[in-house]
Amino acid sequence: MQNNIAVKMQNITKTFGKKVIANKNVTLHIEKGEILSLLGENGSGKTTLMNMLAGIYYPDSGSIFMDNDGEGLKEVSIRSPKDAYTLGIGMIHQHFKLVDVFTATENVALGLDRSIAFNKKQIATDILAICDKYGFKVDPDKKVYNMSVSEKQTLEIVKALYRGANILILDEPTAVLTPQETDMLFDVMRNMKEDGKSIIIITHKLNEVLAISDRVSILRKGEYVGTVDTADASVQSLTEMMVGQKVTLEIDRKEPHDKKERLVVKDLTCVNKYGVTALDNISFTAYGGEILGVAGISGSGQKELLEAIAGLHETTEGSSVQYIAPDSDEKTELIGKTALQIKNMGVALSFVPEDRLGMGLVGSMGMSDNMMLRSYRKGFIFTERTGPKKLANKVKEELEVVTPSIQTPVRKLSGGNVQKVLVGREIAAQPTVLMTAYAVRGLDVNTSYTIYGLLNEQKEKGVAVIYVGEDLDVLLALSDRILVLCDGKLNGIVDARTTTKEEIGLLMTHIREEAQNNG
Amino acid sequence: MANVATHKEPLVRIAKRDSIPFWKSTIVRLISIVLALIVCGGIIYLLVKVNPLEVYKSMVEGAFGSFSKDYKFFNRRTWITIRDTMMLLCIAVGLAPAFKMRFWNIGAEGQILVGGIATAACMIYLKDLPPVVLFICMVVTSLLAGAIWSFLPALFKAKWNTNETLFTLMMNYVAIQLTSFFVALWENPYGSNTVGVINPTGHEGWFPSVFGQDYLLNVIVVMIVTVGMFIYLKYSKQGYEIAVVGDSENTARYAGINVKKVIIRTMLISGAICGLSGFVAVSGASHTISISTAGGKGFTAIIVAWLAKFNTFTMILISMLLVFLDKGAIEIASKYDLNDYVASMITGIILFFILGSEFFINYRMIFRHKNKEVQ
Repeated sequence: MQNNIAVKMQNITKTFGKKVIANKNVTLHIEKGEILSLLGENGSGKTTLMNMLAGIYYPDSGSIFMDNDGEGLKEVSIRSPKDAYTLGIGMIHQHFKLVDVFTATENVALGLDRSIAFNKKQIATDILAICDKYGFKVDPDKKVYNMSVSEKQTLEIVKALYRGANILILDEPTAVLTPQETDMLFDVMRNMKEDGKSIIIITHKLNEVLAISDRVSILRKGEYVGTVDTADASVQSLTEMMVGQKVTLEIDRKEPHDKKERLVVKDLTCVNKYGVTALDNISFTAYGGEILGVAGISGSGQKELLEAIAGLHETTEGSSVQYIAPDSDEKTELIGKTALQIKNMGVALSFVPEDRLGMGLVGSMGMSDNMMLRSYRKGFIFTERTGPKKLANKVKEELEVVTPSIQTPVRKLSGGNVQKVLVGREIAAQPTVLMTAYAVRGLDVNTSYTIYGLLNEQKEKGVAVIYVGEDLDVLLALSDRILVLCDGKLNGIVDARTTTKEEIGLLMTHIREEAQNNG
Repeated sequence: MANVATHKEPLVRIAKRDSIPFWKSTIVRLISIVLALIVCGGIIYLLVKVNPLEVYKSMVEGAFGSFSKDYKFFNRRTWITIRDTMMLLCIAVGLAPAFKMRFWNIGAEGQILVGGIATAACMIYLKDLPPVVLFICMVVTSLLAGAIWSFLPALFKAKWNTNETLFTLMMNYVAIQLTSFFVALWENPYGSNTVGVINPTGHEGWFPSVFGQDYLLNVIVVMIVTVGMFIYLKYSKQGYEIAVVGDSENTARYAGINVKKVIIRTMLISGAICGLSGFVAVSGASHTISISTAGGKGFTAIIVAWLAKFNTFTMILISMLLVFLDKGAIEIASKYDLNDYVASMITGIILFFILGSEFFINYRMIFRHKNKEVQ
């Protein structure tokens, strides 16, 4: 048993500042030739723990042991990513560390200090050899900026293998992949495992854990909860270990009633700042009392779609977005108006943008001042402060926002609380149309279900909800209809109750003939 | 691989603090000033072998007058220190809205100079007007001149997203050349290459003395601006917009704020107040104009604004400290027969320590094997 262990982390503790304990006395190990899932909610310290293996952070206390020469475990000190590589540990981060203007080969060669002149041809050959061995597909001469997310990820893995990594850490690798790409990734992971490599996969998607790993180690709030063999685990049991209590993983989706047109989008086309057509002739209708899911690989035009409707993105001529107010049947054209004009016309449009602190909120301000973002124009020269204060207290109470005070800069709150502040404010504006982009990204299970509940509540009230999401399971369970974007084109609107994950996955990646012909 | 295993834990690691109590940050800052004084004292001792305590005493005397039996606090030197403090404060207050918006206005020098030129022009050409009208003219023209000087970079930034740092900096050089031109134009006496004191006999356009004090009006004018700016930034709708734009332009657009308009409006205000500083400098202090009217204060004020985190009341203290250091350093230099560079050197050392203390306020150091915190 002892000589089968590749790495052992013992009593690892890491704190940030005085209050934030990222890891507390964590002890776990990974064996040679196995896939270990590191499971935990956001903020449970999974990435921090692995960053200590990768040399990015240094533990406050605790030790790391490794067996590199087959002669048993020895204590090691990993002070930098370079040390980690020397020890054969490679980590693939969520945000890729690649140089965009370099080719695949150049990126692999980057940071190697074997000799001054590097032999591109040799490296390219080596890359292809690695690809053959494990079943990757990499074009050594392709520039990174021309690569898809999946290709970039593959390149990162190849880079780590090229540097001789025996222990691979993958930080939420599937978050950016389609179901098909995920399957491909899992295939290569199995090949690497066959070859004796140890793989740690950080994730919070339970079905993936069950599909790929041999064992699962669970962290909760920085503490080690336990390790189970995947064969003995189920979605329910893992969730309970992860959350620490019984949770119901059900989304209460009611049949839509009194569907009324609220937003009619016609021939919406956007060109982004690089001159690329980001949205191509999109037409659809959003109904009150319904949740319209929007699926697509990230960067397929979701952002532009919502921003164009909100008056924050330029559109090309011929685009039209009509808003139908609940009290009259009058149609109001939104295209060609600024966000302020749309607001001044009395259009009740709420928007929860993807970039919460960079777009929806002001990070350096407290909850109260952030509530003011929507209402600060009231008042003569000076801002009106009592209303926002009241609203902040109300949101804090109703959505159970954890914050020292409503004056604490929201930047200092956790991701879930930041999102509650934002969603709380947007819902408080009593919208007719509510648009959300990746509303639960990075949130823990409980908060995510709170958000789903809030969205369903709004739907019941007759609000037209547009939900841009990335987790297909959630999209299928929450939405009434799902609009699938592929490369800026509308590739189909399907009934969420009858469709399958595979169908959506296909729609996300392959432009349908008729969609192409229609423009 | 074996060599990695023998590495020890690094000697010192640096970690970010999440917050620091006010008393602690104050102590760190005070320690930094004390350390700076010790280092300065040591250097001066090495150079001229005098008791550092004597040196510090001369610094205080340089700022607040020499201590004799009939010492009065409000002597001429103290008033000059106050006057220069107000000048520095006025510029820093002018810079506050721009920097709060994260607009790097390093063009205060130029904005001061053009404000000064406008004031001097009024004093020279409009001296026959009644004093009140003359003063209104000086205030309005200096505000306008500063505003124009900042409008150009703001417009280019808003329209074409040009780099405001380079643009405002280059505007300084234009202003310096413009000042040289007017100095040549108004040269008095002929051949001196200076403007000389303007209106030396009639004192037209000079700040009148209030309660017998020559510089009390400077204090009043600058204090009005300081309080006004505090309220503007903290409580007004426009102040709120500045804070939002400074934090994230995307959020501002999302909230329906016209970012371009806010950039231009804020820079007009910023430049106008810097122009007003030029008015205070010419009409309220030197009564002349030269290319050294701004004298680097436009840059020093940037430090004041940032150290005060754009709180205009904190700026009062910081400007006072900087001017005190400056006066003290000049006094040491002249008293111990050192040249002006020693004065700059001492100011530099002290600023280095004050700015360096910010590092210890934001980060803590962890030493090997003991998790003890060191400030």
